[in-house]
Amino acid sequence: MAKADRSNEEWLSALGAAGPGRESALADLRAVLLAGLRQALRGWVRTSGREFAALAEDFAQEALLLVLKNLEAFRGLSRFTTWANKIAVRVALTELRRRRWQDVSLDSLMESGLDRMFSDSAAQRPVAQVERSGAMQMLQRMMAEELTEKQRTALAAVALHGMPLEEVARRLGTNRNALYKLLHDARVRLKGRFARDGVKPQDMMSGFAPG
Amino acid sequence: MALPRMLADTAETEIGCDEVYELLDRYAEMVDRGEDPASLLPLVHQHLERCRDCREELEALLRILKDR
Repeated sequence: MAKADRSNEEWLSALGAAGPGRESALADLRAVLLAGLRQALRGWVRTSGREFAALAEDFAQEALLLVLKNLEAFRGLSRFTTWANKIAVRVALTELRRRRWQDVSLDSLMESGLDRMFSDSAAQRPVAQVERSGAMQMLQRMMAEELTEKQRTALAAVALHGMPLEEVARRLGTNRNALYKLLHDARVRLKGRFARDGVKPQDMMSGFAPG
Repeated sequence: MALPRMLADTAETEIGCDEVYELLDRYAEMVDRGEDPASLLPLVHQHLERCRDCREELEALLRILKDR
């Protein structure tokens, strides 16, 4: 049976039971994942050549194991192959993010100033620089008073330096979901502080609008 | 996204990356079919606007679907 012709039930049935049908389905799914990774990783790595083939093979193998391990979690909300590709994408991007940021520590990021927390489009205007300086001081004070050290570190790494949540989470000994919630709590607290102090985040942005 | 913008966009209730991951394949297929996931899965849509990690994964998945 051609791989594209399998229904979700047929994929589940073939992968869930031992036998030649399973081997065939695994081979087809591997091919689906490899083809998918070639598209998915455009813009991340060069998607041609032997190096990519080996990389994609590693990702596909890891994803296949996860697919088999989590077959029961498939809820049928999409095509089975979309679900499997989602798993392969997560595997691949997790590893590529790790490689991209492997030489960057949170400590080194924290040495940078807070000013990049703002849009930098108007940074060169003298008037904006004065406004910016006041806004930065206010923001620094609010962050110091409202947030935990972990929240400040995570917020700076993500908002200031664009570090992936996954990588910040790895360095803080947590996971991406928990870090998102920690950051959400930090944002809610800061937003509440802004409201109590009568400051609108939009007002802070207005001083940094493009000149 | 600059911090003031992040704060302006912050909602009291937001779902996390795990809940979004559960629905990402469904969301991607809705986008691929030209449906409107923003109105059908608003909390997922909202999260994707705020979370670059999840958005990158959606975009990668969409590249796969587009190529089918």
